[in-house]
Amino acid sequence: MNTRKKLADLAKTIRSKNAGTDKITFDIIFREKDTYEMVKRSKALTPESVCAVLGVDAARLTDFVEYDPAYAIKFTILRERPSGSAGDGDIFGAQQYAPFLDVEVDLSA
Amino acid sequence: MASLKIICPNGHLGFAPLKTGSFHLGVAAKPDFIAADSGSDDIGPVPLGNDSCASPRAWQEHDLEEMLLAARKLDVPMMIGSAGDTGTNSHVDMYVEIIRDIAKRHNLAPFKLGWFYSEVDREYVRAKIRSGSAVKGLDARPDLSEEELDATQRIVAMAGVHPFMKLLDEGCDVIIGGRCSDSAIFASAALHRGFPEAQSYYLGKVLECASFCAEPYGAKETVMGEITSDHVEVTAMAPEQRCTIASVAGHAMYERSNPFHEFVAGGKLDMTNCHYEQAAEKTTRVTGMTFDPAEEFRVKLEGSGKVGERFVGMAGIRDPYTIANVDQVIEWARQQTVDRFGPEGWELHYSVFGRDGVMGDMEPLRDQPGHELCVVVQGVAPTREMAEEVAMTGTRQLFYARLPDVKGTAGGVSFVLDEVMQASPAYRWTLNHTMAVDDPLELFPTHSATIG
Repeated sequence: MNTRKKLADLAKTIRSKNAGTDKITFDIIFREKDTYEMVKRSKALTPESVCAVLGVDAARLTDFVEYDPAYAIKFTILRERPSGSAGDGDIFGAQQYAPFLDVEVDLSA
Repeated sequence: MASLKIICPNGHLGFAPLKTGSFHLGVAAKPDFIAADSGSDDIGPVPLGNDSCASPRAWQEHDLEEMLLAARKLDVPMMIGSAGDTGTNSHVDMYVEIIRDIAKRHNLAPFKLGWFYSEVDREYVRAKIRSGSAVKGLDARPDLSEEELDATQRIVAMAGVHPFMKLLDEGCDVIIGGRCSDSAIFASAALHRGFPEAQSYYLGKVLECASFCAEPYGAKETVMGEITSDHVEVTAMAPEQRCTIASVAGHAMYERSNPFHEFVAGGKLDMTNCHYEQAAEKTTRVTGMTFDPAEEFRVKLEGSGKVGERFVGMAGIRDPYTIANVDQVIEWARQQTVDRFGPEGWELHYSVFGRDGVMGDMEPLRDQPGHELCVVVQGVAPTREMAEEVAMTGTRQLFYARLPDVKGTAGGVSFVLDEVMQASPAYRWTLNHTMAVDDPLELFPTHSATIG
């Protein structure tokens, strides 16, 4: 039996957005508590794994929170340059979440 | 008073028009206040630096007119924060003028209009630095240097509840605020009526983005918050939306790095022990919030500094060999610009859409570019003439790039335009700092006048 699923098939919301001028924050929100707990147990999303997905140094990760009231995993990274500097391709930081859609979660964990 | 009701029709007034259907339902519920925030630093540093609006005036007028007419009809206060996207002085003045015009056009009975400013003079900040009171960096920024201050065009301070409360105390019916914390607008109304700080700031936090705390997703719809001395209830006004435990708890973490704490001028809202319950079909009740007053009164400053004038060019690429070697193509064009203008005193920025234009270095698939690319070129320089030529060189020379094995020798890229376009000047966020002040009102002068 295939016990691996993509995060996009498990989460209700996967989004990114500026958190102030210097950071981008990511929210992965689940509809049911069970799914949320299962993803937490799977360790598919950890401080190390999210940095690896984005190819950023661990020092750029400022927050990583498992937020039980909203069944959400939330993490925040520092931008390389402040939002809207010339050359910034995403002033709102709203399209940085896409690589997380395909993160594989092992449901047997 | 046992409870107080506030409606918020728009999370960023002006950025897109409020939806009138749910707003009118909110007005029919007889709120005690009508309030909305009009600002955001999401829009980047250009509007603040350039003192320009990110929103069309017609959309701003639309929302202000809806809100003013409803507020005067109900005879309840209307409050707006961060006027005109950035809350600069000129945008406060613009909103004050719009309110006057609407009042005149509709022949409204006399009312008291209050407003406050939030711009901070550079020399004021310099004096703080020189007095030894460090202007502390947020989000891993170093403390502010005078050099960085000199590179700054315009600074706004983020007001807390204080100037709003002062104007409410003076009996103002309509308040137009300069830059402020979104939540302070709503919190000040509740504090003014004697509700506790924790519940008041939470009310502000949950209402600030209007229907972003409701589901299904749908922006610019009105929500209503109701506060008592021990809880906050939030209700969606749009027929198709509900405020659920998930949507309200989820909103607590929106656009912020930490879902548990909200810092405002004067303290910290702590949502760690918040408890959420579904009070009615469209209503969620929240309890358990706390508020910790700050020991030192520090105000957040936002500042934007001009980098240069800016022009933008675009080029398309379809040849797979050229796509595979696009970095060499860009390097060729950049080198031609160096040959023309020297190595410094200008900037060229290339965004390669179809490869990593959106995510840059964080793009995990940058080694799998699409079958066609769009290269967006930004040229930045001290004068318009030079910026235009930098952008033109950086764009047109893509056409002439000398790749050794290219088959197409009649032109290396496609153009949809053979010119480059003037864009807004390039700015950068120079200040994301906090500054200590003695008096919460000292950066925010208030004014009032009777209209009509």
